[in-house]
Amino acid sequence: MSRLDLVAAAYLVAAVLFVLGLKSLGRPRTAPRGNLLGASGMLVAVLATLLDRSIVDFRVLLAGLVVGSAIGMVLAVKVRMTAMPQLVALFNGFGGGASVLVATASLVEVGDQGLVDDQFAVAAALTALIGAVTLTGSMVAFTKLQEIGSLRSFPGLAVLRATMAIVAVVASVMVVARPGDQGWMWALVAAGALLGVFGTIAIGGADMPVVIALLNSCSGVAASTAGFVLDNSLLIIAGSLVGASGLVLTQIMCRSMNRSLFDVVFGSLAASGVAPDASDVYGDRVTSTSAEEVAMLLEVAERVAIVPGYGLAVAQAQHAVRDLMRTLNDSGVEVVFGIHPVAGRMPGHMNVLLAEAEIDYERLLDMDQINPTFAQTDVTIVIGANDVVNPSARTDPDSPIAGMPILDVDESRTVVVVKRSLSPGFAGVPNPLFAADGTLMLFGDGKDAVLDVVAALLNG
Amino acid sequence: MTLLVALTLFVLAVFLGLELITKVPATLHTPLMSGSNAVSGITLIGAMVSAGTDHSALTTWLGFVAVVLATVNVVGGFLVTGRMLAMFSARSTKRRPSVGEEPS
Repeated sequence: MSRLDLVAAAYLVAAVLFVLGLKSLGRPRTAPRGNLLGASGMLVAVLATLLDRSIVDFRVLLAGLVVGSAIGMVLAVKVRMTAMPQLVALFNGFGGGASVLVATASLVEVGDQGLVDDQFAVAAALTALIGAVTLTGSMVAFTKLQEIGSLRSFPGLAVLRATMAIVAVVASVMVVARPGDQGWMWALVAAGALLGVFGTIAIGGADMPVVIALLNSCSGVAASTAGFVLDNSLLIIAGSLVGASGLVLTQIMCRSMNRSLFDVVFGSLAASGVAPDASDVYGDRVTSTSAEEVAMLLEVAERVAIVPGYGLAVAQAQHAVRDLMRTLNDSGVEVVFGIHPVAGRMPGHMNVLLAEAEIDYERLLDMDQINPTFAQTDVTIVIGANDVVNPSARTDPDSPIAGMPILDVDESRTVVVVKRSLSPGFAGVPNPLFAADGTLMLFGDGKDAVLDVVAALLNG
Repeated sequence: MTLLVALTLFVLAVFLGLELITKVPATLHTPLMSGSNAVSGITLIGAMVSAGTDHSALTTWLGFVAVVLATVNVVGGFLVTGRMLAMFSARSTKRRPSVGEEPS
């Protein structure tokens, strides 16, 4: 077997490991093994690549591997679970950035040799563009999630975005038409980078799960097109696997918000539907409550549901909620958690947070599982969630969130909403749940409020 | 590899990717995303070639930075996914099987 065959065979093994890894990641029991399979596939691929004959100098390459591994390890070990969305965004951006650099380096190298054909140039242009959008888009998402600065929409953004898209198309065409001219390549990278910024800068927090999933898909696509540049089958296969699976996740997220991908990226929420005035919705019908009163309700309850939202992550209330669950369990109350698919800032955000607080994932019920059971629930506690429990999505066809699937918490006997104020959620829509007959508002910080309830239960 | 062969691989892999990820429970959305994100760091092997080819100082440096970025993506991605999954499974193994349930 020649060395070339050996490398190709190793790439086949790696591709199979990636497929098995992704498949196993989709089931709770096999997921840890899936992650190991994926990592093994990567190891096989890297070792095989070291046999590549075009590599003549290993020093720079090995230095890069060492530096990258060290940074990756520190980030992965140090990160707190509440910062997970940022980290995923950051890694995503790095992947996209690497693809840009690979494409540009190849274009320079092959261009110097005068060997650029159309197929190569088209693939390189696509990789540079998609990779650059992924890189800067992920960085903008990172700053938003980390709450650095305050990037937001501004007048003329749509025009800028359209202009930049045109520049990107022109630069792409020029890269293909004049492959020897490196200027166009850098112009394309710059246009892609700006497009990534302008494309994500207007996106609000509640749309983050969609955007993170989409950027994940993009980083896969960039790796795949880089495979066309390098004529590398493994890059094509692994990249498109990730691109496609990321797209599936993006679709799930969009469906959970009843919004199209186009609306999330280009549209604004308020464009469709009219939000009623807050004072009309709330009037003087909002009932405020105290931790002691909530504790008394919980003492006589048989079944309690807890519905967390992004506010839980902000208040770092996951451990307080765990304490509440244990206290109630001790006195024989059944406690379940209802998780909306887009609660939080990335797909599965709430599940990760609650798992960190050592809450068994079998207590975490999906929307489809928990919705039929709210009618038999004595008390539902909503913590830091708003739009995903807004009944006007069901009842008001003119509402901006009309048709969005929600958790039907209003069907339970009593709803306790833990919230700082009556301010609207991301969608800017007042929530009639807060003024409903069976609803009590417990105003305050999520963590403090829950701890007060726990203290009241223990003293009562 | 001809363009048509490459396109064949691409299209088949896309279909495979669409089929692989159906009906994933919400609990696994984040690990699945960060795990597949780490797989997309496969661009690392392209970066390694760029960094090691010794064509020019520019391509070597571009390759070096690409190797660093991709390695962070790969190593960090798999590690953090493993950390999350360990958090999930730590509880399910502690749990005793209830009556009538197969011990696993």
